[in-house]
Amino acid sequence: MRYEAPQDVEAAVRILAAEQGAYVLAGGTDLLVKLRSDMIEPEVVVDIKRIAGMKAITAEDGGWRIGAAVSGAEMGEHASLVADWPGVVEAAGLIGSTQVQGRATLAGNLCNASPAADSVPAMVAAGAVVRVVGPKGTRDVAVIDIPKSPGKTTLEAGEFIASVFLPARGTRSGDAYLRFIPRTEMDIAVVGCGISLSLDEEGRVTAARVALGAVGPKVILVEAAAAAIKRRVLDEATLSDLAEACSKAATPIDDKRGTVDFRRHVAGVLARRAAVIAEARAKGEKA
Amino acid sequence: MALDDTKKIKDFKVVGTRPNRPDGIDKVTGRARFGADMVAPGMLTGRVLRSPHAHARILRIDTSKAEALPGVKAVVTRADFGDVPDHVANVIDNCMAGDKALYDGHAVAAIAANSAAVARKALKLIEVEYEVLPHVTDVDEAMKPGAPVLHEGWQQETVPEGYSGNVISRVEFGHGDIEAGLAKADRVVERTYRTGATHQGYIEPHACLATMSADGQGDLWVCTQGHYMVRNVCAAILGMEQGQLRVTASEIGGGFGGKTVVFLEPVALMLAKKSGRPVKMVMSRSEVLRATGPTASTSIDVRIGMTKEGRITAAFAELRYQGGAYPGSPVDMGSMSAFAPYDLENVKTVGWDVVSNRPKAAAYRAPGAPMAAFAVESAIDELAKGFGLDPLAVRLMNGAKEGTKASYGPTYPAIGLMATLEAAHKHPHWTAPLGENQGRGVACGFWFNFGGDTCVSLNVTPDGTVTVSEGNPDIGGSRASMTMMAAEELGIPYDQVRTIIADTGSLGQNEVTDGSRVTFAVGLATIEAARAAKREMCKRAAMIWGIDEEAVEWEDGAARPAGPNAGKFPPMTIKEIAAVASNTGGPIAGHHEVTAEGAGVSFGTHMVDVEVDPDTGATKILRYTVFQDAGRAVHPAYVEGQFQGGAVQGIGWALNEEYIYGEDGILQNAGFLDYRIPVASDLPMIDTVILEIPNPGHPYGVRGVGETPIVPPLAAVANAVSAAAGVRMTRLPMSPPRVLAAIQAAKG
Repeated sequence: MRYEAPQDVEAAVRILAAEQGAYVLAGGTDLLVKLRSDMIEPEVVVDIKRIAGMKAITAEDGGWRIGAAVSGAEMGEHASLVADWPGVVEAAGLIGSTQVQGRATLAGNLCNASPAADSVPAMVAAGAVVRVVGPKGTRDVAVIDIPKSPGKTTLEAGEFIASVFLPARGTRSGDAYLRFIPRTEMDIAVVGCGISLSLDEEGRVTAARVALGAVGPKVILVEAAAAAIKRRVLDEATLSDLAEACSKAATPIDDKRGTVDFRRHVAGVLARRAAVIAEARAKGEKA
Repeated sequence: MALDDTKKIKDFKVVGTRPNRPDGIDKVTGRARFGADMVAPGMLTGRVLRSPHAHARILRIDTSKAEALPGVKAVVTRADFGDVPDHVANVIDNCMAGDKALYDGHAVAAIAANSAAVARKALKLIEVEYEVLPHVTDVDEAMKPGAPVLHEGWQQETVPEGYSGNVISRVEFGHGDIEAGLAKADRVVERTYRTGATHQGYIEPHACLATMSADGQGDLWVCTQGHYMVRNVCAAILGMEQGQLRVTASEIGGGFGGKTVVFLEPVALMLAKKSGRPVKMVMSRSEVLRATGPTASTSIDVRIGMTKEGRITAAFAELRYQGGAYPGSPVDMGSMSAFAPYDLENVKTVGWDVVSNRPKAAAYRAPGAPMAAFAVESAIDELAKGFGLDPLAVRLMNGAKEGTKASYGPTYPAIGLMATLEAAHKHPHWTAPLGENQGRGVACGFWFNFGGDTCVSLNVTPDGTVTVSEGNPDIGGSRASMTMMAAEELGIPYDQVRTIIADTGSLGQNEVTDGSRVTFAVGLATIEAARAAKREMCKRAAMIWGIDEEAVEWEDGAARPAGPNAGKFPPMTIKEIAAVASNTGGPIAGHHEVTAEGAGVSFGTHMVDVEVDPDTGATKILRYTVFQDAGRAVHPAYVEGQFQGGAVQGIGWALNEEYIYGEDGILQNAGFLDYRIPVASDLPMIDTVILEIPNPGHPYGVRGVGETPIVPPLAAVANAVSAAAGVRMTRLPMSPPRVLAAIQAAKG
């Protein structure tokens, strides 16, 4: 196994495109675990951390561009990013332990393509777009379009994600992410729910995106849930409709982590709770 | 050895204090050497090939391609071990499968190679032809007449006709007349309870380093709870004399009973023998979960009758434990302990030992007792609440005390159950207010405790400091406890004594660190060894003073002339006596060898508050208090640590821990992500109350404390969750999907 640390995107793409068994190393919190447990045997590991911009959080068009090697801990310490997208930052902050937080990245979480990835529903709710670089050039892709199935992405040979872009945070808007785990930390989502919404001056929802994790082979953007709360204030009836739409949209399986019935029900419970938090944030209240 | 008279045991100077543990600095700085930390020149890496099937006949193993791979130095299969003595036949069969692979992860071959990479590649080159057989992993299914049978002809005569061959044996305990007793009850609760199989979850995986010289002398460095056991078992398997195999215990990162048997050790020795090189083997976490010794899963029926005043009129339990692929589940101890906390006229337990296609169960902290207590204490709770009675008052009314004939036979001497119940009843926790969706549970637990073969050597160095050599791996602070008891007895400061764990070449036979025996039994032997050294030092002083040795007594670390000679000579300290030992007869030592008896039984009562989220079924532990009799707490901080650790493991067992097998008989959660032990943030501080009812069988009154604290928590948590959720939970673990389903079913 070889280790390469190219200095620019072009060099990284060249190695990745040339080799069958090439793996990208950013935080390494998934890659090294797979290596150690004999799940993969890479020919070459391409460390992208030395490429300019990979560790940067940059303001762009009112939003934020986050380099592929920026860790959860670094996002958590970026006050302006936290102020704009607390749900995304919290979702990333739920991954692993304090030690893992120093390494784990949004892009890595997305490319690992686990249906239970915590940051992914939050990014989908936020309308995040990733910048993909590869042999055929650069393209911007919505986060929802990256995962294909468990462990598989739509990235083509030689491609990798260089950055994640979170759009401008509108006025009177907020986001939140909640997950259900049997423990309190160091665990994997049995259900995850990210919500981003905007309100008018009367507190009615003007725009919303609701995404579910761990209840299907990939993240689900629940358009029916967004529709259910649009133009309404988030009262009990609205929240019940939201919960019902999410429970209906979930397509979970029975496995060691939970049953179909449990996951469907809890998808609704989390949506309801996340919406209340996002609403409070949109109103500028502490939540 | 009887308890010293009460006047004497009030004057402790060292016992009962909380000094730093002697192994502490090394452990917090990373210098302590655990199983995987040892290296040897020319060392090879050993790896195991494991069965991917739950049950399969092994038709053929071809290792030729693996052997031909450059860097491979030895390959071992069961054929290399040949015939072994009967008493270790099942042991080697579990370490290396014979005709059949009996569970997912069962070892079928092993390799020693120059590097892990070569070993990994070589494992893939071993060809195993399996005939896959039907399997069974559930205890109730395994008992049915049509179930796939693991071992033909192993059933014992105690089992009546009509049961599957997987039912190996039946045990029965009790006295009185159950039906007559139930007829006197105002209400009878009859329920079935089920518990999942759990793993001890020790942090350090199994690891060892084996060498075997050309003349047949072996050395083994190993992480174990009992290196003398490892020596005896491995010597028998390898056809060696015990004296030719020296085993040294590494530091140990937890065991909880799971390291009282061998898994890698005979294989590592055989690889070393065949390769002529040292071989190191270290299990991965997945191997630990798939192929070491979790505890039994169970299915238990309970029938208990109670009067409306709260008196239990009769109590019956039928316990079914599957202990994995070989006989020996802890159902006997579950059956004996189930009703041990109660004074009952009519009591009976029937236990069934069942085999299934799972790894063979090893001991896990009070083996067999927590599941039985879960069933019994749940039923008692339900009866008490049904009558509107205080569940602690019901237990006080029925609790065992000195003179009670235990359900498993003996009549109790002085015991501490009532003291724990009374302490719980008057503790502020019992009357603290509870909020919405919150519930409180209590439960009692019992454990036998054990003594066994023990050997201690205590040496006085020329400068008068003291070394104690004992043969039990220190798993819970026992070096500190031995040091304290030696210092107490000799009348010298704690820091003047150092205790080591000696290898098997240095001492006689020592039983493994199990049965909560070490502080009791090794402590007893340490005290006796110290007394022998004191007698010798008094003799030396008498010689120097020219008086009778009977006229010398030992006090505060010095020999003093006594009786008519009192004050005639200044006292001689241990340092002064040691300094001239060469002129008075040579080195000074004391030693003691004993099969320790009189380990006092131990009782505890646990109290827990929980909050259940009615929308998700998630349980949060809010408050937890352990009340337990320690006899005499030698080092109270370690006693508290045992109480807390037992409670936490029990909480894990109650809420989330469980071996999950698929329809294919393959373990679904062989890792700490999906085998969920509690993490620190899941738990409140566990409060502890130490009661001290001296054990009449130990000079200082010590009782073992390590196991009892895992007995009550399953039931205590279940009683609390049932109260908070408003529905009786009878199956463990009470994972959120199960609790939510129960809440929704109760709502209709």
